[in-house]
Amino acid sequence: MSTIAAPNAGTHPVRAWSGVPVLLGVLVLAFLLHIAVGAKQLSLGTVIEALFNFDQTVFDHVIVRNLRLPRAVLAVIVGASLSLAGALMQGVTRNPLADPALLGLTSGAAFAVVIATSVLGLTSMIFIPWIAMLGALGAALVVYIIARLVPGGATPLSLTLSGAAISAFLSAVISVVHLLDQDTFENLRVWLTGGLAGRDITLLLYVGPPIALALIGGVLLAPRVTVLAMGDEVAQGLGVKTGALKVQLLAVVVVLTACSVALAGPLGFIGLVIPHVVRLYVGSDYRWIVPYAALAGAVYLLGVDTIARIAIPPREISTGIITAMIGAPLFIQLVRRRTR
Amino acid sequence: MSGSATTQRMLRLEGIGLSVGYGGTNVLDNVDLAIPTGEITILIGPNGCGKSTLLKTMARILTPSNGSVLLDGKDIHRLDTKSVAAKLGLLPQGPIAPEGLTVRELVAQGRFPHQTLLRQWTRADEDAVNGAMDIAGITDFADRSVDTLSGGQRQRCWVAMVLAQETDLILLDEPTTFLDLKVQVDLMDLLAGLAHQRGRTLVIVLHELSLAAAYADYLVMMKDGHIVASGTPDDIFTAERLKQVFGLDAKVLRDPDSGRMVCVPSGTRMRSATPVTAR
Repeated sequence: MSTIAAPNAGTHPVRAWSGVPVLLGVLVLAFLLHIAVGAKQLSLGTVIEALFNFDQTVFDHVIVRNLRLPRAVLAVIVGASLSLAGALMQGVTRNPLADPALLGLTSGAAFAVVIATSVLGLTSMIFIPWIAMLGALGAALVVYIIARLVPGGATPLSLTLSGAAISAFLSAVISVVHLLDQDTFENLRVWLTGGLAGRDITLLLYVGPPIALALIGGVLLAPRVTVLAMGDEVAQGLGVKTGALKVQLLAVVVVLTACSVALAGPLGFIGLVIPHVVRLYVGSDYRWIVPYAALAGAVYLLGVDTIARIAIPPREISTGIITAMIGAPLFIQLVRRRTR
Repeated sequence: MSGSATTQRMLRLEGIGLSVGYGGTNVLDNVDLAIPTGEITILIGPNGCGKSTLLKTMARILTPSNGSVLLDGKDIHRLDTKSVAAKLGLLPQGPIAPEGLTVRELVAQGRFPHQTLLRQWTRADEDAVNGAMDIAGITDFADRSVDTLSGGQRQRCWVAMVLAQETDLILLDEPTTFLDLKVQVDLMDLLAGLAHQRGRTLVIVLHELSLAAAYADYLVMMKDGHIVASGTPDDIFTAERLKQVFGLDAKVLRDPDSGRMVCVPSGTRMRSATPVTAR
């Protein structure tokens, strides 16, 4: 990830946007590479040809179109969504450890999906994203209500604590469901570690539009997040309707997290770490952090998933495991180098 | 530029019959306050007297249960909050910058009310930010992170952020708290300059009585949710008032050089009662 250009954002838009084309270039490269490598190595030329000049009689083209392209698209969408959601969460809660999992969103979504599929026997993929969204929103509301009941109200601290408690509780319930029902455990085992293998791409038809709206909404709301991060009263003084803004941001984060969970299971790490990596390069203004985080998150998940696919052939490691296994040392190295 | 009788008398900001309550008890009780334009108004009073609440209500952060705040004759709580922010700036008490935010980035946030989705960053924004940093004297560390600065420098950054907002009206809640005396005086000089040289209207909540008496054009003393006295420091900053409002035994002296008033608390332990070991 050291290829990210350092635009030294400041306030100057031209300079601050200058890293975007570079990052987009990296994204395209990572995308093509992700498609090219695998059990059957393809040349980049073949990949590009398959994408732009498809010939269904050529076997390699079919591999690209039917097997590899969907997974690459998934990686881009999920990576961007989780990373952007994490960036917004860190700004709103003024908590550097915030990520989509913080307010119980991820476990809420996972919990709802597990209950719906195992207890209620719901299997139609069409409903999964909506169930995940309901679960995420429900968990967020419970976390918020608990935090409100704490003396002092819904502060970043009380939100974090009640979020951690609810997440732990929901995870425990998920485990109980598994122990009681071996079959669903087998079905959901891989899904729950998070990963992009064998996902149903038709789900994108349902999840795509809300994710696209939420991504755009997140980028548009980003300038206000910086203002909000300076405290409610400062933000209100600058003319921000803080209550309405928080609701809008929660909606964006819930949609992005829930749809990501529906697509790829509860993938951790990306939403927490990628915004921090981005911050090292673009500074603390969410105006820049948010769009860069989306791009960097997409690049990161593409890269990680490429490794997950080729690390121990012919088998695959779950992407959710690799995100942290590779990400953690990489991140520590980055932070050490920047602060030295 | 100002100083003509008409601009002095034209009222920009006014609170009428303001009552604000938290959970049944009124923190403000039927308070009227007219802010003189182009001058420094300073609110003082003991802890919990409602001075901060009054400031926040005047800044539309709190909504009164009764009464209204008029900004240019219109009810501020009914106006679009972003268009209010183009006229009235607020510096709350003890603001905290997000970690790693640079001074320039912080000051730039003051331009928020002037930006729209389509008009994000213009020459005017750039000029306002540079101008504000210049006035506040923080241009030298524009690219440093705010959390690496001293308390006084940091407070100047926040003042610059409010300045970049380019509002005629500026409300500040205890801007000098936790600063060294010298830094407090520097900051108050900066604020006085804004009012007297640049025609801005300032409303400041202060803790330091002598500082308040020295810099206020219009001094407002509050107690238990009421305004007890208001006027020039010459008229109302007296020992009797301080006793009445703060329950403080103090002498009010006048500095022979500047003519400013100084408050000297007597305290219960008289100086003579604590013998000074002579050496």
